[in-house]
Amino acid sequence: MEEPIPAQPSETAAVPTAPPVRPTRRTFITATTAAGATVATGGLVAGPSRVGAAAPAESPPTSPVSLSVNGDRHTVTVDNRTSLLDLLREHLGLTGSKKGCNAGACGACTVLVDGRRVNSCLTLAVRLEGAEVTTIEGLADGDRLHPLQQAFIDQDAFQCGYCTPGQIMSGVGCMQEGHSGSAEEIREWMSGNICRCGCYVKIVRAVEQAAGRK
Amino acid sequence: MSPQPQAAVGAPLSRVEGRLKVTGQAKYAAEHDIDGVVHAVVVDSSVARGRIAGIDARAALTQPGVLKVITHLDAPRLAYRDNPVSLAPRGGRRLRVFQDDRVQFFGQPVAVVVATTLEAAQHAADLVEITYDAEKSSTDLAGSPADEPQTYARGNAEQALGSAGVRLEMSYRLSRNHHNPMEPHATIARWDGDRLRVWDKTQWVIGVQHELAAVFGIPAESVRVISPFVGGAFGSALRTWPHVIIAALAAREVGRPVKLALTRRQMYFSVGYRPAYEYKLRLGSDRRGRVTAMVHELKHETSRYERFWEANLVLGQMLYAVPNVSQSVRTVPLDVSTPLWMRGPGYSSAAFCIESAMDDLAYELGIDPIELRLRNEPNEDPSNGRPFSTRRLRECFRVGAREFGWHRRNPTPRSTRDGDWLIGTGVATGCYDVWRGQAQAYARIDADGTAVVESATHDAGPGTYTSMTQVAADALGLEARHVEFRLGDSTMPPAPPQGASQTMASVGSAVQDTCDKLRKQAIKLAVEDEGSPLHGVDADDVVVSGGRLQVKGDRARGETYQQLLARNNGTHLVARGSYNPPQESRFSMYGYAAMFAEVAVDARLGLVRVRRMLGVYDAGRIISPKLADSQAIGGMVGGIGMALLEHTVTDHRDGRIVNANLADYLVPVNADIPDLKAIYLDGRDDEADPIGVKSLGELVQIGVAPAIANAVFHATGRRVRDLPITAEALL
Repeated sequence: MEEPIPAQPSETAAVPTAPPVRPTRRTFITATTAAGATVATGGLVAGPSRVGAAAPAESPPTSPVSLSVNGDRHTVTVDNRTSLLDLLREHLGLTGSKKGCNAGACGACTVLVDGRRVNSCLTLAVRLEGAEVTTIEGLADGDRLHPLQQAFIDQDAFQCGYCTPGQIMSGVGCMQEGHSGSAEEIREWMSGNICRCGCYVKIVRAVEQAAGRK
Repeated sequence: MSPQPQAAVGAPLSRVEGRLKVTGQAKYAAEHDIDGVVHAVVVDSSVARGRIAGIDARAALTQPGVLKVITHLDAPRLAYRDNPVSLAPRGGRRLRVFQDDRVQFFGQPVAVVVATTLEAAQHAADLVEITYDAEKSSTDLAGSPADEPQTYARGNAEQALGSAGVRLEMSYRLSRNHHNPMEPHATIARWDGDRLRVWDKTQWVIGVQHELAAVFGIPAESVRVISPFVGGAFGSALRTWPHVIIAALAAREVGRPVKLALTRRQMYFSVGYRPAYEYKLRLGSDRRGRVTAMVHELKHETSRYERFWEANLVLGQMLYAVPNVSQSVRTVPLDVSTPLWMRGPGYSSAAFCIESAMDDLAYELGIDPIELRLRNEPNEDPSNGRPFSTRRLRECFRVGAREFGWHRRNPTPRSTRDGDWLIGTGVATGCYDVWRGQAQAYARIDADGTAVVESATHDAGPGTYTSMTQVAADALGLEARHVEFRLGDSTMPPAPPQGASQTMASVGSAVQDTCDKLRKQAIKLAVEDEGSPLHGVDADDVVVSGGRLQVKGDRARGETYQQLLARNNGTHLVARGSYNPPQESRFSMYGYAAMFAEVAVDARLGLVRVRRMLGVYDAGRIISPKLADSQAIGGMVGGIGMALLEHTVTDHRDGRIVNANLADYLVPVNADIPDLKAIYLDGRDDEADPIGVKSLGELVQIGVAPAIANAVFHATGRRVRDLPITAEALL
């Protein structure tokens, strides 16, 4: 390890703003619309430079966003293009969530947002005002692993380990949704998470173990 | 054999690095936190062949945060010295990044954008305008001219075919497959003056070290490569691909550390693949099922700049006691990037064809497919007359048939139904070489009685951290939790690539040698020390168990490593050891597998579902049974992908891969995989290497696809000779 992971967001993303007010649905929609308009404007301004104008393009539109990650509140100004996955990995130093395809096809980036599993690579960070995000780093209770983390070790439900955080977060979602009633059901509801090492049989056993079925 | 008690080896240990992986703390290549790092994004070509006519990077350069755009127009000339420490095909000319205007395949890196944020680099990469003088490209294996063949012959295959009682002639086509490890290839590069350090996804840190040194014209000692965790590779990380060079070049040009991760799409163009094959097979047999002749004619893809090779002729020479064999393999140079060995390279493709043909012969003659194979079982290696070190294929089939319930099947094709589903079972043989390479290791016992063991090997998933810990623990007489095994750093004692299933045999034997030396050193110190309770004891009568040196048969007499070191004012003991495989062996050494599959095929829709699989393996000694079980099951999953799903589709008009993503290039997902079972025959192969292991990671994939194809034939009566087996082929 070259240096410790910063506890606070790195310089590229961290511009503290005033404590956020938790938005109502109405204010959230308004804010989203405004942000969308900014994106469009930025795109139009940047457009002409494509054909060779030498003038510097405008700074990319940014937005303040305040969200909770594993219980820690982060208030940051993010580039509007930043995905939740890149916010976690590149700005917050939380590299446990993995980038496998960056297109929502592999599930390696799965995290919980407000308790629901999502592909963080397809989620823009600016949309997450007030959201509560849980990543693999926030699953254990101190030194005590989450039962599904322990089950993955017990069942040897991983090899290279790269898809594992996504599998585990997805498995937590799968159990919370009540989709762990049988091996067949688990297989179906865990099929958004690809494991190229081929650990599926054991992933199913691990979810069964954590769900109390084994 | 070691005089030490075997406590850790053979025990079902959980992965020692498991906690790091399930908590997200394991650091993969792109995840190392490097101060001041900036981001690089590769721009790749949109034609398969031609020259770069123009590059307009002005729009990209105006983007805030963009530091530099590097192309062949401004890149420095790089040394690109010949590198003997490389797995590149011999005789080719490796791709040289940004050294000229030539485009040799679609997706070739033609520029790189470096920016302070990933977002800026990605956007700017889209803004780089490149125009080409495109030439007509050729990317289709079918119909393209082939190189001169490599050949093999014994006996007179044509004559024997002419006089054979039964003759079969088959043509197979195997699609290109991509490794698609879950972790995209990535590199972080940092220069400290003339010294280069990279954090890389690789199966060979020593290989990356030497390639970077050769390309930049600097001493190998000036390059350090670090790779503690590899998110899968299956062969794709055996070479040092252009993006690794680009990361180092970009870091030098901008004077800051650079992180470069390939996109999933780029992985399809730039990190190798299992080549597409055309395989013609003619087979002659007597009426009792003794194969008298086989003629194999193979063709596979390669690039125009390198002639790819893989071991696709071996099985045809040694798997069965066939007296007359003729083989030829031709490469077909195309405007594509160079293939690279993918799990079970060569063997896997050949096994599909040979084992499908054996199944055809069994049905042709009305002989049980297992019985047919046993009738052709050789007593010695038919390619060189050498005895087999161990070959327990008969036992694999016997155990497998019993466990699988093979003899309960109705042998008639299309005879078993379950509602709309046609049910079938099939078998195939798997076989893979026992590769071994030179390896070295370092071991140290500290004053607290714990040990550290190191070798510049890798763990892309097989469980090297754990299995090496087990070997070291027994050799040192320590509990596994008191041993830390470290890997993935080119400054450690050198080890071979993590490919061809050679890690356990090679590095495991080096770890055994190193830890034996260290244990003996401690014993010597004790028996010569007047203060030791072991003073004067014959060193050969001392064993170490639980960290305590003691007399065999008189366990009360002894002392711990801690006591020994404390009394001798020692902070630690150190040893270095190695494994050097013999150049020649008088034995023929392979691992073997009997693969069984049951499939259901929807009679109206042609859908194929694997219902269950069983693999029985003769893989020598199993160091880590819990992890070996996972390897085998993973090999079956990989084989299911090859058999039923995986298929790279190229648009031959421009050489573009049209399904270069994980939504369209199908790999097995959880719902595709039923319960799979693996059985390892108990045993060891003491001719293979000092620790008695054979090979495992490749073996478990070979034979899976033909077992499934044979089950599909049994279910439907339809013989599919193209991979993957799709619903269309069964309608």
